[in-house]
Amino acid sequence: MIIDILSGLLLACGGLLGVIGGIGIHRFPDFYSRLHAVGTTDTLCAILIILGLILQTGLTLDAFKLLLILFFLFFTSPVASHALANAAMHGGLKPWLSNAEIKK
Amino acid sequence: MYIVVTIAILITMALALARALLGPTVYDRISAVNMFGTKTVLLIAVFAFFSGRTDLLDIALVYALINFIGVVAVLRLVQYGDFHSSAKTSTKTGKINSE
Repeated sequence: MIIDILSGLLLACGGLLGVIGGIGIHRFPDFYSRLHAVGTTDTLCAILIILGLILQTGLTLDAFKLLLILFFLFFTSPVASHALANAAMHGGLKPWLSNAEIKK
Repeated sequence: MYIVVTIAILITMALALARALLGPTVYDRISAVNMFGTKTVLLIAVFAFFSGRTDLLDIALVYALINFIGVVAVLRLVQYGDFHSSAKTSTKTGKINSE
């Protein structure tokens, strides 16, 4: 019973975090600030939802597969965000440093 | 319980698609597609449990791998113009040289 409540809580938090990331991607003015919303919530939302699912399965092969997905997303999502920011900076996209740009 | 998470993930995917369409720079679109990809992985995982067929998790795992490689490949294409950096690496222009 406790397991169901806990996994339901984890799943709800993961879903909520995903929606927050989705809202954040629209609220931020600049690409680099938008990358904050995508990068962090992507990883944590995946971790929470997959942990919630692992609790549902207990110690089976499915739990191992979920653990593999979790570890993979845990390591590659930040790498993808870093590659994105690196490519953007290399490609000449300047971040907004002062609010002068916003007034333009 | 799964339905709530599925709806939340679908909302996030809709927002990511909206950003992909609206995004001024190409990098916004790539980050939106990256977000869409990881949410698809989660959607497949949750649906695997919702329908009871947990052999769908392999698809979720493969999709996570492919999504990451796809994002890195598109970034390389956007950054260096062409994939096969041919012998004439002097041509830094973005065009895909034809020969």
